[in-house]
Amino acid sequence: MLRKIAFGTVLGALGATTALAQGIDVKLGVLNDRSGVYADLSGEGSVVAARMAVEDFKAADKGLNVEIISADHQNKPDIGSNIARQWYDQDGVNAILDVPTSSVALAVADITAEKNGVLIDSGAGSTALTREQCRPTTIHWTYDTAALATGTGAAMTNAGGKKWFFLTADYAFGHSLEENTAAVVKENGGEVVGQVNVPFPAQDFSSFLLQAQGSGADVIGLANAGGDTVNAIKQASEFGITQAGQKLAALLFFVTDVHALGAQTAQGLSLTEAFYWDQNDGTREWSKRFFDTHGAQPTMVQAGVYSGTMAYLAAVEAVGSAEDGKAVAAKMKEMEFEDALFGKVKVRGDGRALHDMYLFEVKSPDQSEGEWDLYNEISKISGEEAFLPMLDECDFTKM
Amino acid sequence: MFELLGIPPQVLLGQLLLGLINGSFYAVLSLGLAVIFGLLNIINFAHGALYMMGAFVAWMLLNYLGIGYWWALILAPLITGAFGILLERTMLSRLYHLDHLYGLLLTFGLALIIQGLFRNYYGISGLPYRIPDLLSGGNNLGFMFLPNYRAWVVVASAAICFGTWFMIEKTRLGAYLRAATENPVLVGAFGINVPLLIMLTYGFGVALAGFAGVLAAPIYSVNPNMGADLIIVVFAVVVIGGMGSIMGAILTGYMLGLVEGLTRVFYPEGSAVVIFVIMAIVLLIKPEGLFGRAA
Repeated sequence: MLRKIAFGTVLGALGATTALAQGIDVKLGVLNDRSGVYADLSGEGSVVAARMAVEDFKAADKGLNVEIISADHQNKPDIGSNIARQWYDQDGVNAILDVPTSSVALAVADITAEKNGVLIDSGAGSTALTREQCRPTTIHWTYDTAALATGTGAAMTNAGGKKWFFLTADYAFGHSLEENTAAVVKENGGEVVGQVNVPFPAQDFSSFLLQAQGSGADVIGLANAGGDTVNAIKQASEFGITQAGQKLAALLFFVTDVHALGAQTAQGLSLTEAFYWDQNDGTREWSKRFFDTHGAQPTMVQAGVYSGTMAYLAAVEAVGSAEDGKAVAAKMKEMEFEDALFGKVKVRGDGRALHDMYLFEVKSPDQSEGEWDLYNEISKISGEEAFLPMLDECDFTKM
Repeated sequence: MFELLGIPPQVLLGQLLLGLINGSFYAVLSLGLAVIFGLLNIINFAHGALYMMGAFVAWMLLNYLGIGYWWALILAPLITGAFGILLERTMLSRLYHLDHLYGLLLTFGLALIIQGLFRNYYGISGLPYRIPDLLSGGNNLGFMFLPNYRAWVVVASAAICFGTWFMIEKTRLGAYLRAATENPVLVGAFGINVPLLIMLTYGFGVALAGFAGVLAAPIYSVNPNMGADLIIVVFAVVVIGGMGSIMGAILTGYMLGLVEGLTRVFYPEGSAVVIFVIMAIVLLIKPEGLFGRAA
């Protein structure tokens, strides 16, 4: 009997050592909007992208046991915070991915710092994530409102659109997007001739568009997102505004939005994105796999979840554990990354991921060869140019 | 040239016209609600979802069957109306003897389910639907550019509103309907099939929502939430007009469209709440609504 127990103990100990050698446990939580206005640009597509990253990283071969869970934050900070707390406290989540909607992202960034996890944000736009509310455990991967302003704002001002009129969604995000863009416009020798705060969300923009038309502006800047932008563009074309020579600048616009509008209505629109599925063989190959699972082409947010997850896993492998979020985030800032979707990526001390951004123009219907063949690439903007410079107090590599 | 509070008259005229166009949607939608409430005593919270369905059915007819806008204008209301009749027969008809609140809860739940199903299959970004060729383009009126399609919206909705009012207030069928709501037992005793009448009324109210949906498809984003955003405003319109008053719903719809249009010029930030402010004031001063009969 005693021998039996001893034998069992030895066996158990052996088992434990093999389990250790077998690898590092990593649990990732994709927290985003799965039912509201951002469900198409993040949603289940981001979960698909995270799974593809685990597969392509060959996590299992490298001794990483990765598990992915997901939840809907409904674009509400309180709901997002509750889920994040539960994930860190009870479910053993090591990192939270995606998190669109700036207000939710900022709340989750705080909790992540408190619980020593890692937040790799792809979906949110606020520059506050790496500035006013920077945290050592926050990595902001895909884009921010400053990069969008630099891309679209500068390009259109330099192309002759000197006078701007803004239609601004009347909440924090809209105002910050307007402010960032107005600064870029003025820097490039343009001026702002007027603006109107549009209640959010809005169906009918005709009245505001007419005010913009009457202002004599060259460019109407749409500082809004999602369905609001779609409606504004649709109606601008209906009221003959674009045909009369005024240009529209969609300051935050995703490929799924352009797809919703159709090339007929969206043609000629300039926009800034970090990724487009049809850029090169690498993006096409990846996007085809994504399309086969998800049934739509990936947005830059979903591609960013893939790219960010690959980088995170590489850092976890290098550290040898996912337990200490601060250590993993610090490792990410030491390493250099490269993948098929974002090319070379360097994470700065404040958590801002630097990579190329692109200015695209929407194709006209006769140029477009399919329902997803939507963009022409106009120019490439380097990461250093696109994103705001780092604030010293946010450089966590020096602390 | 005179100016009103710094706004040139051309701009004002343009904004009034735009207000009238928006008022057209409010009028057709609140008319459907008023018909259903007036004759069935059901607060139809699914109205927004059914409006959305009208727009989606138009999109499906075009993309799956190649049926264009003009046929959709007839077929989509019929299809949504038939769906409404199905809802009435299987669910709503069981609630007539209960408090209003049950109908409201049931239709609210149905609205969430319908929107959820569409979101699941078609996503949230919306689908493109083109303006029919016959109505594309527009005319310069001097003070503004009026797209032909918007002019059509005003004409079509005015015709539908007048037709509905005429049918209910001036024809024999309308008289039966009104009598059936006053005293269903007595009207039934005269040999009129009251349940059938009520079922068709609900179907008609829903068809009106579907019709508004088709009208909206070419100019607003066709997405599963399009009705949810609108329905609350339309309810306010019905309350201001007086619950159940047909003419009240129509006139208030147009009037509030105009008020909202003016607010967008003078104080754009307030344009989303102005209707609710008016609702509060009306409820305080005349709780039965502008055109309602005192209970």
